[in-house]
Amino acid sequence: MSEILTAQPGTKLYLLGNEAVVRGALENGISVAATYPGTPSSEIGDVFMDVAKDAGMYFEFSTNEKVALEVAAAAAASGLRSFVWMKHVGLNVASDSFMSIAYTKINAGMVVLTADDPSMWSSQNEQDNRWYARLGNTPMLEPSSPQEMKDLMKYAYEISEKSGLAVLMRTTTRISHMRGIVTVGEVHVGKKKGEFVKDPFRFVPMPAPAYAAHKRIIATLAELAHDADVSPLNKVYGKGGKLGIITSGPTFNYAMDVVDEYDLKADVLKLTFTYPFPEKAVLDFIKDHEAILVAEEVDPIAEKEVFAILGKNGLVRKIYGKLDGTMPMAYEYSTDILKAAISKALGITLPEKIAITSDLKLPVRPPVWCPGCGHRAMYYATKAAIEHLGITNAVYPSDIGCYTLSAAAPYKMADYLTSMGSSIGLASGLSVATDQKIVGFIGDSTFFHSGMPPLVNAVHAARKLVIVVLDNRITAMTGGQPNPGIPLNGMGEVAPEVSIEAIATAIGVGFVKTVDPANLAAAQTVMEEALGFDGVAVVVARHPCVMIKSKDKSTKQKLVFTVDKAKCNQCKVCVTKFACPAMFIDKDGTIAIDQALCNGCAVCVQVCPEKAIGVRR
Amino acid sequence: MKNYCVYITGVGGQGVVRTSIIMGLACAKKGVGIVMSEIHGMAQRGGSVPAEIKIGNAYSPIIEQGGADLLISFEPAESLRAMSKLSKDTIAVVNTQPIIPVTVALGTSVYLDPKMYLDELRSKLKKVVFLDAESIAREAGNVLTLNMVMLGASSATPGFPLEKEFLVAAMQENLPAKAMDANLRAFDMGFEQAKKDLQ
Repeated sequence: MSEILTAQPGTKLYLLGNEAVVRGALENGISVAATYPGTPSSEIGDVFMDVAKDAGMYFEFSTNEKVALEVAAAAAASGLRSFVWMKHVGLNVASDSFMSIAYTKINAGMVVLTADDPSMWSSQNEQDNRWYARLGNTPMLEPSSPQEMKDLMKYAYEISEKSGLAVLMRTTTRISHMRGIVTVGEVHVGKKKGEFVKDPFRFVPMPAPAYAAHKRIIATLAELAHDADVSPLNKVYGKGGKLGIITSGPTFNYAMDVVDEYDLKADVLKLTFTYPFPEKAVLDFIKDHEAILVAEEVDPIAEKEVFAILGKNGLVRKIYGKLDGTMPMAYEYSTDILKAAISKALGITLPEKIAITSDLKLPVRPPVWCPGCGHRAMYYATKAAIEHLGITNAVYPSDIGCYTLSAAAPYKMADYLTSMGSSIGLASGLSVATDQKIVGFIGDSTFFHSGMPPLVNAVHAARKLVIVVLDNRITAMTGGQPNPGIPLNGMGEVAPEVSIEAIATAIGVGFVKTVDPANLAAAQTVMEEALGFDGVAVVVARHPCVMIKSKDKSTKQKLVFTVDKAKCNQCKVCVTKFACPAMFIDKDGTIAIDQALCNGCAVCVQVCPEKAIGVRR
Repeated sequence: MKNYCVYITGVGGQGVVRTSIIMGLACAKKGVGIVMSEIHGMAQRGGSVPAEIKIGNAYSPIIEQGGADLLISFEPAESLRAMSKLSKDTIAVVNTQPIIPVTVALGTSVYLDPKMYLDELRSKLKKVVFLDAESIAREAGNVLTLNMVMLGASSATPGFPLEKEFLVAAMQENLPAKAMDANLRAFDMGFEQAKKDLQ
């Protein structure tokens, strides 16, 4: 059993922020937790899946973030403490319901964690979800360390229960994926069941109740603004001096490291309870200083609040931040960036450490599909089908998941992508707007997440297009979480499987076929049939994720694939067109297979025109 | 106190994160502070996997330009990719076995003779330890102990702040019991190799 659940109060654990926050939930009587996995928030769900049953609580991987948020909202409305988390763009999916939470006033604490991704380590955009606190009338907390990710859960539930509003906790990649020593407190088991007490004027925001609710929300936020002003969570770390640095989350860490390392005279204001914005606390801080540096990732939100405070109070101060060009407008910050900004604001020069430089060329090492991944085989088969049919104008709308990696050479088969489920909606639109051949790719989990409505749309709009569902029987890119397509749920229990083929058939898709892409010839045949179909065609390419399979210790004796160097004529199809990372060009120019990487999928055997790849037991 | 900064890098699957977790547990046992930053998600699929560690009283694990005291690199080319974090005073412990990315066979990038990356590092840094950690791991009984070879070698470098007793205790807590002998052997072999190289 995980020590995240079992560790005794006072124990020091070495935890990732995403692990620590689970302990925080467990210490505060959580009853219901839900998510849809998304980096940098995914590990939170992995830990809950591990501990939920033993902790006596409920956890699910919902079909998407909106459903997850609704599950958590319903629990909170029924008097149970709940927790829902997602990556930043996940909150876009959940936003429709998120916007209504404030209008309905919940009965027990509800925490919504958004894991933002400045610098886009694993995301399609760099949106700053602090705007959602403002948009959704939701108080917000911003932790700066794993310890705080745990500790803030207590404050979050208290604020939520006092106000009847959900609380938004904003982390970033550097906090969610920061590991540190966390001292744990006592676990409190939450209530098993609550009761939903009907109150339609409150829970059904038709125009009249919503009209009344908005005024109540404004009053509640005004009270919370006072709480934020006096909250111990917003604290000055003082060294004296004329410069005040306003920080939150990771920028607090960077600022403190610079101030400490160079023993600078500057005060650092750490804002943790950041919405409603603690105006009075910040005003006091501004008054105490001649100049202010605002350090925040990504948008200049706090900085504009600072300017508003100056304007309201008729104050003039030099403000260093994004708006005067001191701080970059995009990407995450670092200690170096804070060092440069603080030096500028103080008008000093700090000693530079000289980094080494080199002109040597470094290899590009982009993320790639694992050796043995079924996606590679399916893209290879699709390309073969397209070429065989002489199609030259194919467009490949794409989706969010491992298959997004199809954008890279040698496949270059991700042409247009906007969000989860976008492959099918974009496919519909492209088939309206052009006469090109449209082949969309989507994964199993993504299909359940948001692929169904656009598929209904495509059928009803009588489009002609092909959708390939790459069903690897797991939510893979985020580390391998279960989804409705497999017989396992978030509690680790056996669960009903939902069939992609049955859904497509029920929607009225005229062509539904399933193939294992590890059989290249069969996959190519099915694709050619689908490409000739006059209507919406769905091909389910089913091949279990190798990453998950390799965890399965029961696998039989591994097959060893080798290249017969006598037969190999070095045409390089296997490394330049199929591009399996387990295959490489050896020192003598022939092809070799790295046995440590090979997963034994046997697709290269079918790819090789010279039949030079063989198997030995 | 001055923080001790470690930049660990390698390729997804080599055990970079595990190594740093063991260092963290060792810090917890010794009673010193540690913060670390990891990269998960898309970047892990065969891409470069850097982790940054500060041992001491730092708030953020992100190492400043040229600020690394120690580089632990599981791959020759990746060691040079970390150059913005290295200064001439950084000590580098590098596994000499290259992992060639698919882009090389595709012709979209080049992987020079690994020796060139290592020579470059040797010429820029005052102290380096180069070792074929993969072969040592195999000799220790399991190729998967490569990361403990690297940790053992790192622990032999001057200034490394964690004593063996704490590292071993952390290994015992974090690694499977049946693989413990091989891992301890790997650790010791890495240590001895580095000790010899540093003389």
